[in-house]
Amino acid sequence: MSASYPPLSRKITNLVMLALTGLCTLLVLAVLLTILGYLLWKGASSLNIDFFTKIPAPVGQSGGGVENAIVGTLKLLALASAIGVPIGLLGGIYLSEFAGGWSAFTIRYTTDLLNGVPSVVMGIFVYTLVVLPMHHFSTLAGGIALGIMMIPIALRSTEDFLRAVPRSLREGGLALGASKSETIFTIVIPAAIYGIITGIMLDIARVAGETAPLLFTAFGNLYNSPGWMQPTASLPVVIYNYAISPYDVWHKQAWAAGFVLLSGLLVISVISRMVLARGKKLSHG
Amino acid sequence: MSNVVLATPEVPFESRGLDKKQTWWERLRKGDEVVHLITLAGGWSILVITGLLVQHLWVYSRLSRHAFGWHFLVDSTWDPVNGIFGAWPFVYGTVVTSLLALAISIPIGLGSAIFLAELAPRKLSNALTFLIELLAAVPSVIYGLIGIFLLIPVLFNVVPYVQKYFGWIPIFNGTFYGVSYFSASIVLSIMVVPFIISISREVLISVPVSQREAMMALGATKWDVTWRAVVPYARQGIMGSIFLSLARALGETMAVTMVIGNVAQVSTSLMAPGYTIAAVIANEFTEATGDLYLHALIELGLVLFVVTMIFNALARLLMLTMKGHEVVG
Repeated sequence: MSASYPPLSRKITNLVMLALTGLCTLLVLAVLLTILGYLLWKGASSLNIDFFTKIPAPVGQSGGGVENAIVGTLKLLALASAIGVPIGLLGGIYLSEFAGGWSAFTIRYTTDLLNGVPSVVMGIFVYTLVVLPMHHFSTLAGGIALGIMMIPIALRSTEDFLRAVPRSLREGGLALGASKSETIFTIVIPAAIYGIITGIMLDIARVAGETAPLLFTAFGNLYNSPGWMQPTASLPVVIYNYAISPYDVWHKQAWAAGFVLLSGLLVISVISRMVLARGKKLSHG
Repeated sequence: MSNVVLATPEVPFESRGLDKKQTWWERLRKGDEVVHLITLAGGWSILVITGLLVQHLWVYSRLSRHAFGWHFLVDSTWDPVNGIFGAWPFVYGTVVTSLLALAISIPIGLGSAIFLAELAPRKLSNALTFLIELLAAVPSVIYGLIGIFLLIPVLFNVVPYVQKYFGWIPIFNGTFYGVSYFSASIVLSIMVVPFIISISREVLISVPVSQREAMMALGATKWDVTWRAVVPYARQGIMGSIFLSLARALGETMAVTMVIGNVAQVSTSLMAPGYTIAAVIANEFTEATGDLYLHALIELGLVLFVVTMIFNALARLLMLTMKGHEVVG
């Protein structure tokens, strides 16, 4: 054996660069754990029962909670789902089962572009569409903004999971004499249902944290918002308003609200992944 | 040959000729055509919404477009009281923060993607990627919260040392107030890094093994193989992930609004407070008095929309080559 190959200098480069890539990964993970850990620590220490059951106390007084914002967020999400889920499902079925050629391409591409529209621009759009004609902010406008934001992901994930259903299942249905629509509703959709539900839950989790589109649609409210036609508080907007306020009491509430919001999102995200795993197990078993 | 083509799953179900013999009326009676039309309405509503979005942004920015023309983008006076609107400070802030964020997140993201795709065992890699993708699920406003109460206090301790040794460089001088282009860029880089990692890792994994083996057989080290054979092969997908991240950084609102300081000025120093397009919309939209003010803000939205659409479209085009990978987010 003469001089070893590759030469020492390249072996050193190899080790240094590979170590650096490992350090990059460690750095990203450290940032993630710091964020989650800090939020957990600050949030959990600011939580109490009042936080869930009371509306905000007047400025300068301690105590109070964000019950109105929690209810507001749930109402906004219910309305957003009522708008975004049906349109997303129908569009997804259309793309996977009916569309072809330029129609499919156009819809698919437009959906991806709509998904990339900055959320603050979506807020402007719904402001001009709903708030200007109505002359006031409302839960309705906020729900519409979040609902429109839900459509692209609901649509594309439904399409993907429907497409993954094997062609043989569809042919089996048709061979038994079922019509195309019967095949879709009794065979194709049930086969993909776990995936579709997962996609929609992740979609809801995504819009639940959106703040910018709510600033000019649902606005905010210090009290409970009855019905759908009045401005409403929501957790993300409360976090924003409290975080930039000068009061320590409100900063604590912002941390608590951030903790509640993020835990909710992570729980939805983990549960939906479990639903998907269970669906996979069932379909292979 | 034609049979082979028809058998691929990309060909839509209907065009496979399974129900060609039925007339339109028969399909309507069996319900197929009804379902077709209803789902068609769902699909086309996307086009209607997008059309309305463009139309509304265009119509509701007309006063400002007519009053200022292209000067809107390069004039630096933003004076709502006297009705003079020039968006240069916001355009400048948006570009500076986004580019600086990418400059931080591209090396770190690409490095992590290489580690996760080439070095880490697949199980560990999947688990770590799952964790990193959680970062992408954290809402923007929570990044802002962390930025205000964790990042800025840390920067107050770090920045004086940087300024002591590097203060002679224009981008580091000036008084540091905590809120700055720099703080916003760091928050942005944390927000986009998961996208770069998860897409780049996916592309790197999909590079054929033969590509690695060929270079390995020539006696190259692991790093040589990765850097000269694998990364160049995946460059289109990696560029796609970078464009996608750029589009997100340009349009990011809440986190930036909370840490950039919201001062409409143009500064060479990254340590100075600034403003971005998205941030000025978020701050001033509900207080805009008068139609011209509102239209100027909506024109900013139009600018943001057009620019992010261009980068998104580029990203999608670059990633068309990556089969079977979906970008959700």
